[in-house]
Amino acid sequence: MRTAFINQLIEEAKGNENIFLLVGDLGFSVVEPFAKLFPERYLNVGIAEQNMAGIAAGLAMEGYCVYIYSIGNFPTLRCMEQIRYDICYHNLNVKIVAVGGGYAYGALGPSHHATEDIGMLRTIPNMVVCSPSDPIEAKAITSISVNYNGPMYLRLGKAGEKIIHRSKNLRISIGDIIKYKEQDNSDTAILVTGSIADYAINYVNEKKLRWNIYTLPFIKPINKEQLKDIVTRHNELIVLEEHQKSCGVGSAVIEILNDLFNIGEIENYPKIRRIAIDDRFYSIAGDQSFLRELANLSLNKDNIF
Amino acid sequence: MKNSILLAAEIRRHALIMNHNANASHIGGALSIADILAVLYERVLTLFPQEPTNPKRDRFLLSKGHACSALYAVLALKDFFEVELLDTYSKNGSKFTTHASHNIPGIELSTGSLGHALSVGCGIALASKRKQNYFRTFVLVSDGELDEGSNWEAILFAPHHKLDNLTLIVDYNKIQSLGNVDDVLSLEPLKSKFEAFNWEAVEIDGHDHEAIYNSLITSGRNAKPKVIIAHTIKGKGIDFMENQLLWHYKSPNEKELESAIAQLNKVHPIDQS
Ligand SMILES: [Mg+2]
Repeated sequence: MRTAFINQLIEEAKGNENIFLLVGDLGFSVVEPFAKLFPERYLNVGIAEQNMAGIAAGLAMEGYCVYIYSIGNFPTLRCMEQIRYDICYHNLNVKIVAVGGGYAYGALGPSHHATEDIGMLRTIPNMVVCSPSDPIEAKAITSISVNYNGPMYLRLGKAGEKIIHRSKNLRISIGDIIKYKEQDNSDTAILVTGSIADYAINYVNEKKLRWNIYTLPFIKPINKEQLKDIVTRHNELIVLEEHQKSCGVGSAVIEILNDLFNIGEIENYPKIRRIAIDDRFYSIAGDQSFLRELANLSLNKDNIF
Repeated sequence: MKNSILLAAEIRRHALIMNHNANASHIGGALSIADILAVLYERVLTLFPQEPTNPKRDRFLLSKGHACSALYAVLALKDFFEVELLDTYSKNGSKFTTHASHNIPGIELSTGSLGHALSVGCGIALASKRKQNYFRTFVLVSDGELDEGSNWEAILFAPHHKLDNLTLIVDYNKIQSLGNVDDVLSLEPLKSKFEAFNWEAVEIDGHDHEAIYNSLITSGRNAKPKVIIAHTIKGKGIDFMENQLLWHYKSPNEKELESAIAQLNKVHPIDQS
């Protein structure tokens, strides 16, 4: 996903001289082509994320569309207050790009597990939160981010994620839910976000389940009309994410449905099963799929209806 | 110059009245920067009060946002908005929050959480260089604020990137929230710290207008950013407030306000026209 992101950013930067990329001394063998092509719009600020977020705010105040790039918790949690107060409160054109969402850096330990980021960032006003499920979505979101004038969070995977979408160019707008697989006579829908979508799709195909599959490239906002349409078609909803259960994507979906129900926009909504990390850290080594299993981010019988 | 001295007295008078009316804190730190603000706004900054976002303006960021009553006052006195609006300071529904708000004409950045504005100032100064849009960027921090590690990230950054268009002013009034800076977390030796970080550093009396002017009017030489360590007095100008931690918190009551204004009027009779 990180390659899809940087390649698209390079494409955009060729025609948009306001795009500026800041990195926090990370991005080896990813950011170099951008740095080479646009040295005047690139800077490695060093290992100093609070400063990076503040500098991004200053550059954006002067008209740049600024991307700050680092791993997992570093461009996010480490500088949360700069993001909230300098970037979001001033509604500045800064995009925060974190590579390694979820357990992508599994064996590196909890310092590198990005498993609370969605919850923290989605509570901040003016922030748009994006979580692509494959490189095609990452490319589309990058393109959208250039044309959106405001703060955005891009939660990317790492490298080597499988392409799940057939079309190379997705036509999506902010908030859209993508129908990956939808047929009329299906009772169960799975909503999934992030690179774990590939696992969900394989699972459904292998078990020949009659589930409809939707990916959520945006966690905030989520298109309410599209969500309403999904809940009226199904009796059961599964939300799968590589994030803590608290304040994550399943929570976001439930919040919206509860409020739609409360104001009478929907008459009822299906049972919702949230598959997410159960409020804990995992402090042993393991690759991404090992840690997903350890955290019970699985569609096994116990977890589904 | 006489004008900046009169302006400083007017800033002090307004800040005292605003803090009294609002029963607000932080008058001590507002009084300690009144002279610096007066020289900046009267004699140094390129300003466009009727067009506050003009790209040619100099950028000034007040990092110690809690001293905003002085900044609001100087902006009003320099015609960014009507002086009467200062009466709404801290009132329900007013834009004039008691920490600096970017919703007010002339204020670049909202501040209030310490240790933010120097990084933002680095970004602005960097943009100025990269876009070759020449203007100067000034950031004013408090002494206690230098406890924040984020400042030191920016202090490393600015000289490395030769941001000689950036000027940092330290309001070194020696008092922070719970006590003397030297007791809470000493900054000394401050000047040589900055020099070791490759800044051009000067120390001045932060209430001597000629010294303030001479230090502010030139940028750092040899491609270095410049820091002005301004030795100031918290509560400066009002004898019972000077060097008293209490006035980080207390708001002057009716009697105290009267006495304070009388002291100002005695030194600088204020033009009431
Ligand atoms: Mg102080």
